[in-house]
Amino acid sequence: MFLDSDLLMSVLRALTPILLAALGGALCERAGVFNIGLEGLMLMGCFTAVTTSWFTGSPWLGVLAAAASSAAYSLILAVGAVTLRGDAVVLGVAMNLLAAGLTSFLLRTVFGVQGTFDDPSLAGLPLVGGFSPLTYLAWAAVVVTAVLLSRHVWGLRLRGVGEAPDAAATLGVSPARHKYAAVLLSGVLCGLAGAQLALGNVTLFSENMTAGRGWIAVVAVMLGRAMPLGVLLAALLFGIAEAVGFRLQGLGLPQQATDAAPYVVTLGALFLTTARRRGRTPRTTGSTRSTRSTDPSGVAT
Amino acid sequence: MTPQPSDLPAGAVEAPAVELRGITKQFPGTLANDAVDLTVRHGEIHALMGENGAGKSTLMSVLYGMERPDAGSVRIDGREVSFGDPGDAMAAGLGMVHQSFKLFESLTVAENVVYAAEPRRFGFVDRAAARGRVRELAETHGLTVDPDARVGDLPVGLRQRVEILKLLHRGARTLILDEPTAVLTPAEADALFAVLKSLAAQGRTVILVTHKLREVLAVSDNVTVLRDGRVAARLRTAATSADEIAAAMTGRAVELDRVHAPGTYGEVVLGVTALSAGDAVREVDLTVRAGEIVGVAGVAGNGQSELVEALAGLRPVTAGRVTLSGRDVTHASAAGHRAAGLAYVPEDRHAVGAAPAASVADNLAMGHHRTALSSRRGLLPPAAVRAHARRLVERFGIKAAAPELPAATLSGGNLQKLLIGRELAHEAPLLLVEQPTRGVDIGAIQNIHDQIVAYRDAGHAVLLVSAELSEIRGLSDRVLVMYEGRVTAAYPKDELDERTLGLAMAGGTTQRRDAVQDGDED
Repeated sequence: MFLDSDLLMSVLRALTPILLAALGGALCERAGVFNIGLEGLMLMGCFTAVTTSWFTGSPWLGVLAAAASSAAYSLILAVGAVTLRGDAVVLGVAMNLLAAGLTSFLLRTVFGVQGTFDDPSLAGLPLVGGFSPLTYLAWAAVVVTAVLLSRHVWGLRLRGVGEAPDAAATLGVSPARHKYAAVLLSGVLCGLAGAQLALGNVTLFSENMTAGRGWIAVVAVMLGRAMPLGVLLAALLFGIAEAVGFRLQGLGLPQQATDAAPYVVTLGALFLTTARRRGRTPRTTGSTRSTRSTDPSGVAT
Repeated sequence: MTPQPSDLPAGAVEAPAVELRGITKQFPGTLANDAVDLTVRHGEIHALMGENGAGKSTLMSVLYGMERPDAGSVRIDGREVSFGDPGDAMAAGLGMVHQSFKLFESLTVAENVVYAAEPRRFGFVDRAAARGRVRELAETHGLTVDPDARVGDLPVGLRQRVEILKLLHRGARTLILDEPTAVLTPAEADALFAVLKSLAAQGRTVILVTHKLREVLAVSDNVTVLRDGRVAARLRTAATSADEIAAAMTGRAVELDRVHAPGTYGEVVLGVTALSAGDAVREVDLTVRAGEIVGVAGVAGNGQSELVEALAGLRPVTAGRVTLSGRDVTHASAAGHRAAGLAYVPEDRHAVGAAPAASVADNLAMGHHRTALSSRRGLLPPAAVRAHARRLVERFGIKAAAPELPAATLSGGNLQKLLIGRELAHEAPLLLVEQPTRGVDIGAIQNIHDQIVAYRDAGHAVLLVSAELSEIRGLSDRVLVMYEGRVTAAYPKDELDERTLGLAMAGGTTQRRDAVQDGDED
């Protein structure tokens, strides 16, 4: 009675936004930009999706507008971290805080409500085969990103840029251009994730409705070692945790406890990955910002 | 040696591969290049020599489009060019192997070689073609390397091959190598020289930027020596000598490969019995007496660094016993070793030996904060730190513009002088010194060697670890050879010769093992 198709459906629903955002995070990570602002990017997507769908009556325009607005919002990270060489962690945290405040403020000014905007005439995404089209898109995005990164010329160059920007630059490949592209793509993907959350999983906007999913996506990027298939597995783990938590609620467990399930899994996953990686040579990527690329003269040590 | 025959008809004057005329480049405070001319003919190996700061790097940056000269012209194959960036230089057939490699460690050899010049199929990387290209280039030039290996897994010598393959794949006709042997073992360096000679024989041109005399004599056809931004000498390798080049580099006669007189020994200061540290160091026995320099030779990676770390208290000892001035320090901390009488000059002077962002004065104070500069309640009186810095700067001839400036502003040789000065100032019974002159100018090398010998003559014990055979030979009273973590050979000073030493370093002998035990007790 516990493992049934309903549960599978809710796993896949819970998975979609995390997966989309995490794929965006993985692209940034491979390009050498640690994008910790996924949460804020998603939240901007949620709000834009709901607002656009409400005023135009079209959830599809909502999806497009969400992708566009999150991409625009991601420029903060691109300009700040790439052009101005600021600290990506500080920028990401600022983006998350700003998105939470800005969407709450706009909720009040645009809709005149506090907490949640919810209306029966707000158009959500239609279901195709039981799922929002964005769910299929998310799975397709896994394959596309995987092939792009491993086989495409652009993906090879992006990986090179993320690993050793100086080396890429000496070969005439612009690290800045590739990093911008990765950050903007992560904006688009997070916008889609937000649209899925606000027009797919539910049809409403409420303050801080991402509720840590962006942070979980950040962990999924680390856990999946920024590889699309790894990220998929990690996101699946969190999707299961969220869906099972929701199910346990129906069995009488207090909501506070079941809501915590994904975060407990996140914490456990973080412990496991850090324990596993300790003692290993760190790669030069966004999240290990302070490590220099291995100095060849260190070979004698 | 004559340049390789070209396609030009006999009698035609062939334009040089590279011709720099009157290159002048001014940086704030220094004239890095002052009307420098450099002519490199097709098919030759041309060495560009000079001490640190002589202007070699600036000249190559100008040639490679990384810097624009204030005056002067660059001609490639007789055509005047003006490169805006390295991409232009590469398009003109130049290619540079930088001293610190520009490789992607997580990517494969093939991916590194074709990066940004990929064979494509519908926008995707044609991996079969990339692999084939690497194999073909590797075969043609004797640069064998597995195209599917991850670069991060390769030893330094092979990484350098990947760098060269990268340039060849881009069609480089003139290769510039910046200090290519700085990180290579002697065997790897020999392999590189063979490759360079074969490239030159096939009509490619090689510019070798280096300050190592031996390799210049071994491999080059012509030498251009820079000093203080000017050309100090243009020499034909066949008609010159190491002394002549060294004199041109330093502007004075330099006594190369001096062999210092032996010391007079006293009590045992460092006693090591059956010391093991993990797998890297296995059952090492050695003693160092007061007034004695014991040299540890070996190809990099045979446990020397780990031995030094274990002796400095930076690596746990898994078995055996270490005594320092009669005290058991086997499991003592780094501070415990220092308290027992250890001074230590580590191999990596930037990451371990110094705090590059801290001032020269603070760097000189480090380690002395417990003793000479100790003060009440853990405060360091700034006046005492400054006075201490002034004393050491003067005594050891450290060229520092001001003691308040960060240590990172010092040249490599001066930073090393700073470290050695700081450690010698402890007057500790044992000096542990690792690669004391790596990357240091010839002039400064002499100074550092003199300091170490004077320290020994003052009755201190010195354990010297070095990859430079001439340094080991010149300074040591006794030489131990490490191979695969063990001391496999030992030679007293009068029985040293480079060939047996080289053989022992390659694992070829275990002779004279008895001398390790310090059999010649006096």
